[in-house]
Amino acid sequence: MEIFNHNSNVPFLGMRKYSVAIALGLMIASILLIATKGLNYGLDFTGGVSMVVDYDQPVQIAGVRDSLAKGGFEHAVVQSLGGTREVSIRMQPKDDPAAMQASDGKVNLDRIAADVSKVLQATRPDAKVKSPEFISAEVGAELRSDGTVAAVFVMLGIMAYLWIRFERRFAIAAVATEVHDVLVTLGILALVQREFDMTVLASVLAVIGYSINDKVVVFDRIRELFRLARKAEPEEILNRSINNTLSRTIITSLFTAITMGALYFFGGPAVHGFAITMLIGILVGTLSSIFVASPILLWLGVSKKDLMPVTRENPELARRP
Amino acid sequence: MSDFPRWKYALVALAMLFGIIYALPNVFVPLPSVQVTATHNAAPIDQSMQKKVADALVAQHIPALDVSVQGDHLLATFANTDVQKSGADAIKATLGDGYSVAFNLKSVVPSWLRAIGARSMPLGLDLQGGVHFLMQVDQSDVVDKQENSYADDIRGLLRLKNIHYESVARSAVKGQGIAVILRSANDRSTASDAIANEYTDLNVANGPSTQDRFVLNVVVKPEKLLDLSRSTITQNLSTLRNRINVLGVSEPLIQQQGESRIVVELAGVQDPAEAKALIGGTATLQYRPGIGFAGDAAAVDAARTGNIPPEANLYYMHDNHAPVLVSKQIIATGNELVNANSTLDTQSGTPAVSVNLNATGAKKMLDFTTANVGKPMAVVYVERVTETKLVDGKEVRTPRITESVINDARIDGVFSNQFQTTGLGTMEEAHNLANLLKGGALAAPVDIVEERVIGASLGQDNIDKGFKAVLLGLALVLAAAAIYYKLFGLVADIALFFNLVILVAVMSLIGVTLTMPGVAGIVLTLGMAIDANVLICERVREELRNGSTPHAAIRAGYEKAWATILDANVTHLIAALALTTMGTGAIKGFGVTLMIGILTSLFTSVMLTHAFTALIHGHRKLKTLSV
Repeated sequence: MEIFNHNSNVPFLGMRKYSVAIALGLMIASILLIATKGLNYGLDFTGGVSMVVDYDQPVQIAGVRDSLAKGGFEHAVVQSLGGTREVSIRMQPKDDPAAMQASDGKVNLDRIAADVSKVLQATRPDAKVKSPEFISAEVGAELRSDGTVAAVFVMLGIMAYLWIRFERRFAIAAVATEVHDVLVTLGILALVQREFDMTVLASVLAVIGYSINDKVVVFDRIRELFRLARKAEPEEILNRSINNTLSRTIITSLFTAITMGALYFFGGPAVHGFAITMLIGILVGTLSSIFVASPILLWLGVSKKDLMPVTRENPELARRP
Repeated sequence: MSDFPRWKYALVALAMLFGIIYALPNVFVPLPSVQVTATHNAAPIDQSMQKKVADALVAQHIPALDVSVQGDHLLATFANTDVQKSGADAIKATLGDGYSVAFNLKSVVPSWLRAIGARSMPLGLDLQGGVHFLMQVDQSDVVDKQENSYADDIRGLLRLKNIHYESVARSAVKGQGIAVILRSANDRSTASDAIANEYTDLNVANGPSTQDRFVLNVVVKPEKLLDLSRSTITQNLSTLRNRINVLGVSEPLIQQQGESRIVVELAGVQDPAEAKALIGGTATLQYRPGIGFAGDAAAVDAARTGNIPPEANLYYMHDNHAPVLVSKQIIATGNELVNANSTLDTQSGTPAVSVNLNATGAKKMLDFTTANVGKPMAVVYVERVTETKLVDGKEVRTPRITESVINDARIDGVFSNQFQTTGLGTMEEAHNLANLLKGGALAAPVDIVEERVIGASLGQDNIDKGFKAVLLGLALVLAAAAIYYKLFGLVADIALFFNLVILVAVMSLIGVTLTMPGVAGIVLTLGMAIDANVLICERVREELRNGSTPHAAIRAGYEKAWATILDANVTHLIAALALTTMGTGAIKGFGVTLMIGILTSLFTSVMLTHAFTALIHGHRKLKTLSV
């Protein structure tokens, strides 16, 4: 079975002005979104107290907010956990001054959970508070900086590897596209205000790994074709590489997307964020592998002579049988 | 015909066998069980206890699968978690206070599997339920205490050397060390030399001075501070281990995370209050005159009859529970102890603990030892845990105090601020004693910075969902690959299945804790592992289109795809590696899973499929390939 015509010769490089302009536009839009709307950081990053409330009967989010506000928790963030009977409540420990005072300024999670439970049960006796959680703001801030460091580390590591295995221009093109992928993925998360928690961070870092995979496959073909071709017109070589690997690029993306879809629909709320971020990342990464990475490579001026294997010139090696 | 060497077949077969055997233990679902352990003062667990528990369960119509004594604890297994809960309640009611009753999981992995080191993956809290704490150890107190003691020492030294000084005091600003103020430049340089010679852990530098005030700044060397903070963490870890053992949780995770944090995870515990009380407990030390030695006739007699001399307390030794009589008089307390370290006695070469006291403690110790050479001296360890319970809506705090003697030794000579406890059997014993001494004296305040309670039912729910997601993801990819690449797709499917098996086997063998992010990592690995096969199949198709013969197409397909697969996987591996460097458990688990998955998939999707392809096509003349 074959979905894609193996003789396809879509002039992807011909559209480079448009494709790169769109990519740049998306990047700028993403930066603006992240700057203005911001990411909806979860408890892992902001620190604070969270708990899950189960109801026997369906409940309105607004109703939960009202009862909390009446009980003195005006700043609590209430979110649905899918379905109508389960909500998550997030707040800062200082929103419950009585509990803080009773325990000498230390966070007393049990007390806060009990207070919230009391307030909610005043209007809805069927409310049950479970899974209380507390994370200090300091730990949250550290996670954010750790995440950034990890992302930078990944990109530098990949850049170094490609620099050695391929060539400078490939390394730069790959990392530039990676930055685009990460920014756009984060931009979409900011746009839909999906909660950004630890698993989503893990997912964003995994997106870097996934999308570099795609780029390396195309780059590999570019290197191969350059080496094989007698007269190497860069634009034509790049275009042929993308077309040759197009089937693989899309099939692999589909396969990975299938598994992430299974994870999203059946893995439960604990991995929702992970799966959806990965799906966004797969889409963005696949598109950028096809439309963005190679044009950058072309502009950086890749050529046949940069890619001829150096080892052949080593007389020591040539003498060996 | 077949260019696939024999040894590679053997390797593939071995890897498949290894995968199946070491992944197998995960098939055996552990049984919910209740573990009973005796605390300090209760009678040890024995056969009669087993009968008592079994009878109680029968009487209350709670079906237990098995009740047995295993070493120092009793284990009752149940069919499901509901029965387990009512069983635990019944056992608690039967045995009363002296025993801790905890939820546990009993492994049912056959013994032959365990004999070869095969075990199931430990489950993370999110899959099992339990409480999680992350604690920050505040070390500034320990540093304060060190500086105060050094200030005392410096005063003594200057007096001894007859150097006149204006004052020796800790700087008002924290962490600025000790300021020594002298009256002349001459004095200052003599003092500087004296201090630097006597205390090698201190850095001495001249500070700003006026006509009659010559300042000397003394700070503890950074190496020493680092050493100190490390030992604070170790000491806290061991104190926590000791305390949490009381809870009877089967495999508590108590681990250092980063430089100054400790993570505690207690699976099966649903009420964090008791655990928190234990964590927040405080301990103190008392040096007291001993009356006789541990386990001697007087002490045993007192323990048996209950006739305790009026000037004494009856305690039990911390390690072997031998009775010991100790005077009520207190010589020195933990507050006066500056440091305790395990070491080797310079004279006898046997393990010992060297102890430093501050000036006040040293003076009292000197007075006492001068008059009591040859007599025993005991160290009493007092642990105080405050339990908070809600009674009629009000918080009621009840302190629970446990006292035990951690050391009882003969005073060999007169000493004051520095002395050694010798005659300890092993280095480990010395290490434990030093840790206990520090635990009772230098306990750094511990703050809970992260707390999480995961319900048992939520854990089970996560297991079910995770399992479903993995199976479904696998099934979909298997089907898609078989449809798209026909026979080659089926071969890739075998590889993908074994990738999952070998991945689980490696994770089990290493003992990677499985968490929900780990499950996500497994699913992602399945999706991406097929990539190598897609690359190979596309290459083979290409070669066929270019007119290669089937055998040549297979060979060229594998050869040409290999370089690409390697590059793609190495870059991916770099990304996974970065994830594992993140300190946080959840992301780390995901990264480790991803990393192992990349490595196993590299093997299965290239070598394993090649072996199968060679096996299928190797000895036949082929006109076409099913790809």
